[in-house]
Amino acid sequence: MSRDLSDFRTVLSEDEISRALSRMAHEVVERNKGAADLVILGIPSRGVPLAQRLATRIASVENVPIPVGALDVTMYRDDLRLRPARALERTDIPAGGVDGRTVVLVDDVLYSGRTIRAALTALDDIGRPHAVRLAVLVDRGHRELPIRADHVGKNLPTSMRENVKVLLEEVDGRDSVLLGDVSATRAEGTP
Amino acid sequence: MSEHQTTLITGARILGGEPADLLLRDGVIAGVGQGLDDTGATILDAAGLVVLPGLVDLHTHLREPGREDAETVLTGTQAAAMGGFTAVHAMANTEPVADTAGVVEQVWRLGREAGYADVRPVGAVTVGLAGQRLAELGAMADSAAGVRVFSDDGHCVSDAVLMRRALEYVKAFDGVVAQHAQEPRLTEGAQMNESVLSGQLGLRGWPCVAEEAIIARDILLAAHVGSRLHICHLSTQGSVEIVRLAKQRGLPVTAEVTPHHLLLTEDLVASYDARYKVNPPLRSADDVAAVRAGLADGTIDIVATDHAPHPVEDKECEWDAAAFGMLGLETAISVVQHTMVDTGLLNWAGVAERMSSAPARIGRCDTGDDAQGRPLAVGEPANVVLVDPSASRTVDSTASASLSRNNPYEGMKLPGGVVATFLRGRPTVSDGALV
Amino acid sequence: MIRHLLSTADLSRADALLILDTAEEMARLTAGRSVKKLPTLRGRTVVNLFFEDSTRTRTSFEVAAKRLSADVVNFSAKGSSVSKGESLKDTALTLAAMGADGVVVRHAASGAAYRLATSGWIDARVLNAGDGTHEHPTQALLDAFTIRRHLGPLDGRRIVIVGDVIHSRVARSNVALLSTLGADVVLVAPPTLLPLGVEQWPVEVAYDLDGVLADADAVMMLRVQRERMNAAFFPSAREYSRRYGLDVRRFARLPESAIVLHPGPMNRGMEITADVADSPRSVIVEQVSNGVYVRMAALYLMLAGADDDVMSAQEGAA
Repeated sequence: MSRDLSDFRTVLSEDEISRALSRMAHEVVERNKGAADLVILGIPSRGVPLAQRLATRIASVENVPIPVGALDVTMYRDDLRLRPARALERTDIPAGGVDGRTVVLVDDVLYSGRTIRAALTALDDIGRPHAVRLAVLVDRGHRELPIRADHVGKNLPTSMRENVKVLLEEVDGRDSVLLGDVSATRAEGTP
Repeated sequence: MSEHQTTLITGARILGGEPADLLLRDGVIAGVGQGLDDTGATILDAAGLVVLPGLVDLHTHLREPGREDAETVLTGTQAAAMGGFTAVHAMANTEPVADTAGVVEQVWRLGREAGYADVRPVGAVTVGLAGQRLAELGAMADSAAGVRVFSDDGHCVSDAVLMRRALEYVKAFDGVVAQHAQEPRLTEGAQMNESVLSGQLGLRGWPCVAEEAIIARDILLAAHVGSRLHICHLSTQGSVEIVRLAKQRGLPVTAEVTPHHLLLTEDLVASYDARYKVNPPLRSADDVAAVRAGLADGTIDIVATDHAPHPVEDKECEWDAAAFGMLGLETAISVVQHTMVDTGLLNWAGVAERMSSAPARIGRCDTGDDAQGRPLAVGEPANVVLVDPSASRTVDSTASASLSRNNPYEGMKLPGGVVATFLRGRPTVSDGALV
Repeated sequence: MIRHLLSTADLSRADALLILDTAEEMARLTAGRSVKKLPTLRGRTVVNLFFEDSTRTRTSFEVAAKRLSADVVNFSAKGSSVSKGESLKDTALTLAAMGADGVVVRHAASGAAYRLATSGWIDARVLNAGDGTHEHPTQALLDAFTIRRHLGPLDGRRIVIVGDVIHSRVARSNVALLSTLGADVVLVAPPTLLPLGVEQWPVEVAYDLDGVLADADAVMMLRVQRERMNAAFFPSAREYSRRYGLDVRRFARLPESAIVLHPGPMNRGMEITADVADSPRSVIVEQVSNGVYVRMAALYLMLAGADDDVMSAQEGAA
């Protein structure tokens, strides 16, 4: 992390992230009435470690291994032509596929909803799940599409001038959710 | 345009030397020095300018008859005048080929009618440039055009027997064979100088040896039969060395180099821009250094332009499909100043020798009523060019008297420039513009 | 990322790895899934402009473009040979008028793709699908991709390329790309089939095939046309295959892990024998399927992103 985050304030601490994920794991199991036929798919980049953590927690609660993978949506985005072509992230669908299963999509921040729409389209080309649910660590509002999350770690009212930054141990070396002014950094996670 | 205009050129540096006045009257140089009689004369203040005898090009493609879309005798000689030339030798590869008295006389007459420079037709060595049997060389020599230079330029007279006979035959009328030295089998489909670069660009290579082998053979042939030999557009270090050796042995060989081989290198080909496609091909920087040194020490006798106009569609295409050749008349003196004078390799007297007197001597047009390449002396024909060595210009191919635009110097900054050209006392170029 | 894919010599190591990594994802995304198509290039038009016949390369580009949902127009310009040279410009102007976003061009003249990209005749991205004896960059990328899948990173790997190097655009593209990726490239050919100045290429040169096989990680056999012997490049097909062909005897000298490549189409019995071509360590068929992934990657990276205008506007705002 070369960027200066000193102007950002912490909105979720390491402990709070951990508790949120545990709660979400329980919610997923409760909603699904068990762990049967669950497939957890993280959206790169930070959705992937979150998906793994969620799967681990569900597995430890239910005592069964939970299939977990990654779904890159880059090639399904509606804003491809607004930026230079981006490097693709890894897509990794667990061996059993998604047909007839309940897929839980996991992302770090839910904002405009465009990433999730791209993920739903991508999922369409992979198979036909029985149901698709959405789990996000932070819902910051400002939806531009009729999309809502089923499981939310924290609802965080924000201004569009603000930027939400999720830091994870696996990627960033520490767990933290930060909120800061857009002008303090380059626009990222903009709609 | 009166043939009997009188002009007093004042303060010009004769052959780049001390300033003097030059009086042109009745088509001849009537006086050189100070305090000349200026009665009825137009005064031309030439302070700072260099005055040279009118340039003579031994190697020009005027394209008429046959390819009047690329150049005509009129436009080609206008380009010549703009470049300071008062005589050009028109190569034989027209359509029809200049291999009969009829065609050479037609070209010669067109030149006289145009009036911008003397046109001296070059006769083909072989019928249709086909390299099979000799053209009627004697008939062309005896024609009104008085042909003395014979060349299949564009093609090599590769058959050793045919070359030997041609060399022998033209002795009867003091002619010279100008050989386009290119061993055909070694250059089948060749596209550029054979080098590391040709290997990288995937363009069929044109080895130096294809030129050098023919030059060596023809020098030996000419020595054997006791004939003059002229070598067109010599382009390689090896060729310079072979000619140097021949001259040390006193053999009767003369050689020319083009302005583009004095300046440009094969690196330009990496753009695949066919403006840089030429025969012989642009060579390496070492070759450029060698031909400059050869021109400086007299191994290479003359600069000849190989002015080769082509219409846009023959150049604006993929490399393999493009025509060989580039323009040269209007930029020749600037390129020679840039590569030879400004580098200290040659003074202006040397330039006059290599671009006027020597080519006229080789072409045997240095005597008679229309003599070219004569000294700047009283009584000599008033063929004169004024050059401004301090000028500088960015080459713009659209500002050209030529019909064609295949100018390899486009966008380059070159020194010098022709201010005025006089053909037997009559200005063909004045204030840098055609008269 | 580069604007046009004309030569592997233009690719930095990072660019080359980005293409290979992207191709890897393309392979993962399209292998064994219900819908092989990706919507990424919807609304983009890719023109396959082939002045030379090459069904396999054209088909590979066509499949790649279609899997990315591009509209594909096959523009066969065969017959508009180099003898009618201006057709390249006219064709370019036609394609520009039709609104082509990408042009995949195959031409018999070296530099044709370069001219198309740099002459200002057309604004589209140009992908060189083989120009004369110059380059064939996507072939080299698919070769590198195939080698990497079998052997891992190319750094320090010893790749032997055998055959008609002087006439081979595949060899030129591979030499530049493989050396950029850190491989040690060995060219083996009779001296007549090596270009002048090859000693200045980033390669080792050998005339004896047997001497280099023992420590080769991969061997790439180039197609050799029998007609070359008419121009005295070698005395006879039989002598060529005896000295430079890959047969079972030579194959046995290779390390166990070494693989055999061929850009195709093969002259079985000339540069490679049938039993070697069909052996399990021959990856020739795999090269064909990998070609689609590599071409998808190239098309994605060059055509999916912003046009220049948008990019510069963004840079201006940042």
